[in-house]
Amino acid sequence: MRKMLLWMIVVAAVISAPVQAKLRVFACEPEWGSLLTELAGDAIDVDVATSALQDVHVVEARPSLIAKMRKADLLVCSGAQLEIGWLPQLLRQAGNAKVGSGAGSFMAASQVTTLDKPASVDRSAGDVHPDGNPHVQLDPYRVLAIAKALSARLAELDAANAATYQQRLGDFETRWQAAIKGWEAKAAPLKGKAVVVHHSAWIYLLQWLGMHEIGSLEPKPGVPPTSAHLSSLIDVTKSGGAIAIISAAYQDSKPGEWLAQRTGVPALVLPFTVGGDAQAKDLFGLYDSTLDKLLGVLK
Amino acid sequence: MRPLPLALSLALACSAQAAETPVDPQIAALAERIRALEANAQTLQIQAADALAAAQAAQAELEQMKSDQQGAAVAEVSAQPSTGASANAFNPAIALILNGLYENHSQDPVNYQRAGFPQVGEGGPGTPGLHLGESEIAFSANIDDKFYGQLTLALESDGGEVHTGIEEAYIETTALPEGFTARAGRFYSNIGYLNSHHTHTDFFSDRPLAYQAFLGNQYGDDGVQLRWVAPTEIYLELGSEVFRGDNYPAGGAAHSGIGAKTFFAHAGGDIGVENSWLAGASVLHADAIGGEDGFSGRNNIYLFDLTWKWAPNGAFKDSGVVVRGEAFVDDRKGFVLDPEEPDALAQAWNGKRRGAYVEGLYRFSRTWDAGYRYDKLWAAADGPYASDFDPRRSTAMLTWHNSEFSLLRLQLAHDQPQPHFIDNVLTLQYQVSLGAHGAHKF
Repeated sequence: MRKMLLWMIVVAAVISAPVQAKLRVFACEPEWGSLLTELAGDAIDVDVATSALQDVHVVEARPSLIAKMRKADLLVCSGAQLEIGWLPQLLRQAGNAKVGSGAGSFMAASQVTTLDKPASVDRSAGDVHPDGNPHVQLDPYRVLAIAKALSARLAELDAANAATYQQRLGDFETRWQAAIKGWEAKAAPLKGKAVVVHHSAWIYLLQWLGMHEIGSLEPKPGVPPTSAHLSSLIDVTKSGGAIAIISAAYQDSKPGEWLAQRTGVPALVLPFTVGGDAQAKDLFGLYDSTLDKLLGVLK
Repeated sequence: MRPLPLALSLALACSAQAAETPVDPQIAALAERIRALEANAQTLQIQAADALAAAQAAQAELEQMKSDQQGAAVAEVSAQPSTGASANAFNPAIALILNGLYENHSQDPVNYQRAGFPQVGEGGPGTPGLHLGESEIAFSANIDDKFYGQLTLALESDGGEVHTGIEEAYIETTALPEGFTARAGRFYSNIGYLNSHHTHTDFFSDRPLAYQAFLGNQYGDDGVQLRWVAPTEIYLELGSEVFRGDNYPAGGAAHSGIGAKTFFAHAGGDIGVENSWLAGASVLHADAIGGEDGFSGRNNIYLFDLTWKWAPNGAFKDSGVVVRGEAFVDDRKGFVLDPEEPDALAQAWNGKRRGAYVEGLYRFSRTWDAGYRYDKLWAAADGPYASDFDPRRSTAMLTWHNSEFSLLRLQLAHDQPQPHFIDNVLTLQYQVSLGAHGAHKF
């Protein structure tokens, strides 16, 4: 036992000897990976844990993720219990005290007010999030508020590059504000339009654009669409004048297509996060693609 | 921000002048003025930064308000219950597992005997008919900034009597540096793959034969654990445990209550986006004094495990395949006293037994899983438990998940513990989890 301990310490010392100069960041979702690239560029190393084709509610606590978590100096996630099925397990297995809590743990949804916060929670209502809807990446104003808080956190953890972070934030903010103006002008025709959604993950986008949701393919959040529920949506979709049935790139497209066939309302797959389609290469592309696709069904 | 360059240029001009003037008092006066100006500039700078921050905050707030006209109202309403519940806000997370079964056996479990492997721990055939499985209550929370704690209670009724058992009760560090984690209390050993997993995360309603025969279903005891995760690209975990040695395969708390030791290593990683693997090698060194199978002496168990998962785009939610195998070598040196006949002579036992299983799971939709498992045990050729026959079993199952919190399972097993004894088992099971959302290991 003692020998083993000694060896473990020796190995630990040897492997961890070369001190990593760059801040290493573990981003739970691709949108935060992209935001980190905007805010820090090459000054940090970013590991993105999930892709746009995975449902971040139910990701496996894979060994490779434990290894990444082990080396991280900062954890950037959506929070609001979105990653509750796997993140706590990664943290407990990785043994990395830096990212467990405090400065090394950055939860995006905690930086802004969340919507859909339930007054009471009960699983009969589906997989509800007591801290509100965590899918905050599709409101550009919230993204900007998160960017500011994240930039400050980067500067706090890596004071040597504080000037870089400050400068890059200023640059991002200028471009982002300009982009918001463009998006809002472009999206004006979408105002007041209705959609049917797959999962209740679009509230921030819909609110920003002045659109509204008239139905959801999932009978309850997180509960897979059933044929009975889908049938009940046919009338709602037609009479509500929905312009599209929207789902995210990671979701099963069949239920949406089924409803589209019976209502004539087009099923639309939106990227939802960075990497969700070819155009959504970064945060700007994500918004460009989302708006282009939504506007596309109006024509 | 602007006062700074102004002050600086002033200061520079002053110092340039000062250098040309040879008279001491003047220099001193000028130096004093420079200092005062610098201090002034600094104050102004801080004030300016504060003002900027305040302006930014106000702007952010405005933007916020703009983006959630309705949201503000929603947030206000929902904020109330959480403040009302503040006294309970620090309560540990509570998770309940409920589970019930119906089993139909073609043979009476009373006659069930495994050739070469006496029944130990909970490792035997299930109860026929309708019965409640193990109900589990787990409490867990961070204790403070350095410790995490967990208590898992198991409730089981056995012949009308209810037994409450402490399945796990341990504390674990959260703040050790360099990837170290220490644990103390009662817990399941980290050897192998399934051993550290609670049975409710298994693919089948019962444990593989090798776990039943060599570990009494699952090895846990009172002890301490130290583990370390290497800062490498590939996942590598090394660790060791010391246990009291009361439970099978140890027994009698040998060596003044330090009767069992383990060493384990786990490694894993991804191959592309769609494939992940996890492999491990472990050893359990147990000293038994009058163990459950009558054995006293030294028992080394070597375990090797390999898990491979494939899922389209790495999204296991909707479809995927898991293949897992574990192999056991049980190496004994000591003697056996038949617990049924204490007057009989002790028989020496030096030898090896082996066991292994392979299981596969295919998830063909978000709600349906199908799986198959093949088990085999290799008995010893000589010694008190010698047998020419090697017990084997085939198991198939079909599981329906309504959500990640509930499942119904149908399982069929063809179990052959002896040459001319075949137990065909049909199992129907429900299993649900209530309360805190569990985060499961890979």
